[in-house]
Amino acid sequence: MTLPFTYNLRNLWVRRTTTLMTALGIALTVAVLLSILALVAGLKNAFEATGVPGNVLVMRQSAESELSSNFTRVQFQDLKLQPGIQRDGRGAPLASLEMVSTLLLESIDYEGGINISIRGLKPDPGFALRPVIAIAQGRWFEAGKREITVGKNVARRNPEAQLGKDLRFGKGLWRVVGIFDAGDSAANSEIWADLDQLCADDNRCDVLSSALVRADSVANVEPFIKRLKDDQRLKVSAMTENRYYEQQSSSAAPIQFLGIFIAVVMAAGSSFAAMNTMYAAVARRSREIGTLRVLGFSRGAVLLGFLLESVLLSLLGGALGCVLVLPLNGFTTGIGSMITFAEVAFRFKITPEIMMTGMLFSLAIGAIGGLLPAAAAARKQILEALRDI
Amino acid sequence: MREAVIEARKLTKIYKRDEFEVRALDNCDIEIHRGEFVALMGPSGSGKSTLMHLIAAMDRATSGRIAVLGEDLAELDDAELARWRNRHIGFIFQQFNLIPVLTALENVELPLKLTSMNGKERQRQAETALKLVGLDDRLTHFPRQLSGGQEQRVAIARAIATDPDILIADEPTGNLDAQSAKDVMTMLQKLNRDFGKTIIMVTHDRHAAEYATMIRHLEKGELKPEIEYPQA
Repeated sequence: MTLPFTYNLRNLWVRRTTTLMTALGIALTVAVLLSILALVAGLKNAFEATGVPGNVLVMRQSAESELSSNFTRVQFQDLKLQPGIQRDGRGAPLASLEMVSTLLLESIDYEGGINISIRGLKPDPGFALRPVIAIAQGRWFEAGKREITVGKNVARRNPEAQLGKDLRFGKGLWRVVGIFDAGDSAANSEIWADLDQLCADDNRCDVLSSALVRADSVANVEPFIKRLKDDQRLKVSAMTENRYYEQQSSSAAPIQFLGIFIAVVMAAGSSFAAMNTMYAAVARRSREIGTLRVLGFSRGAVLLGFLLESVLLSLLGGALGCVLVLPLNGFTTGIGSMITFAEVAFRFKITPEIMMTGMLFSLAIGAIGGLLPAAAAARKQILEALRDI
Repeated sequence: MREAVIEARKLTKIYKRDEFEVRALDNCDIEIHRGEFVALMGPSGSGKSTLMHLIAAMDRATSGRIAVLGEDLAELDDAELARWRNRHIGFIFQQFNLIPVLTALENVELPLKLTSMNGKERQRQAETALKLVGLDDRLTHFPRQLSGGQEQRVAIARAIATDPDILIADEPTGNLDAQSAKDVMTMLQKLNRDFGKTIIMVTHDRHAAEYATMIRHLEKGELKPEIEYPQA
């Protein structure tokens, strides 16, 4: 039989200042961990939300990103003739030739500016291949004009990229004519322009970046990819659009590692804080421990009682940590991708699973920190405990 | 012939303090019968508390044998001793030793948590015990809200809540004023006379000892011949 739950709760309340201080220490540790997890979850969510099932991204053989891929118009013509590509109402294959470059723009976070991806594409069939994207303000760019439409995160984070403003790049001024909303997708961090106008300004109309094509069915995607890769004349690499963006979520790996490392180091500190608090509690309540033993409570009951108290203390810290980090939910930030060499903006995403992880993390801090003091309490000889003041 | 509830033979307890050995109890023989109220007296260091701790299974003898209620305490492990104490012994401390964060009722309920009683039965039993000591109007008071005498009465209620065979009191009046001490002793006497509880009390207080049916003196770890007292 364990000690009454009220005994532990009221003891925490009686020494509420110490309880709160220790819990706050644990809360900060949990908040650090949850912030990192929310960042990673947000970034992954942005990349995972980008791809459309059935879409296949085709690049030059062995290219790892659109930015480093040189995909020619000749290759694109050959690609369009391949079987297995879905066709639109007019019988034209759903295949979009695209060019990706970067543009240095002033940023709200970085004084020296940051690279933003700029994508050249034709609205037909480029937009049809990305059905979730819609105009939020203004309009789409028009063919043959130096006009750009920017993703909503670009507009949010780059003061120059505002509706109606002009940006100087290529061979002239480009006007921002619209802002598009791509849901949670990483496309929100891109600027889109007419392919022919963009490649002309960049003097690279023969060698572009990639092609996005839609397989005739989701079930045929893998055989289609295999066929493209095996075709020695095409010399292309191909992968699903989803997979391409999933790979980019590896940009978060170093941050995730560093964040978890910091959280673990902080957790060790928090465990010592909890341990210190519980050792003080054991010392102060020595006579109580002796009395409980005289009344018939076993060493195991005393151990569990003090361990439970430590865990309650840390769960309070865990709950505070969750509350502390909640305002981050939905907060937009950006991260430089090592694949696109451009910023990907995303929203921190705090999910119930992340909160649960935080609570389990705090529970572990409490259990580790409370174990030794609880064992010390349980080991006390009755007479020794009764004599201690 | 009355049943012996405590039988100790050649009971010896030696404490080790650094390189020194202290013989706290030396070849002590004692027999206490059911329904007796025994006061253990003697100067500090005479071994009376040591004997009391051995009877209450709070410590183990160095040599000799002690059987309480027919149970050889040396044969029980720590967990069995804890259960045995809960079932058979009620302990009253000089400093009351109530749990400060629990109310009077919760303090009395505490040892009952280790029994098979359900919550309602425990509460009823604890209320009855507190009523018996005249504190049924202080159920929800915390120890800090009670006087010393009241605290000791709660401690007595806690000691009798499980209806143990033996009550052990360690200087029960040591921290009380004269009137409270008298009330507490009257209560212990009532538990002995009316409820047949066997009581072993360690005390320095001659007035308190007068409530006992028998006084046993210890000196330098040795038990002196018994003196039977008519109860006050």
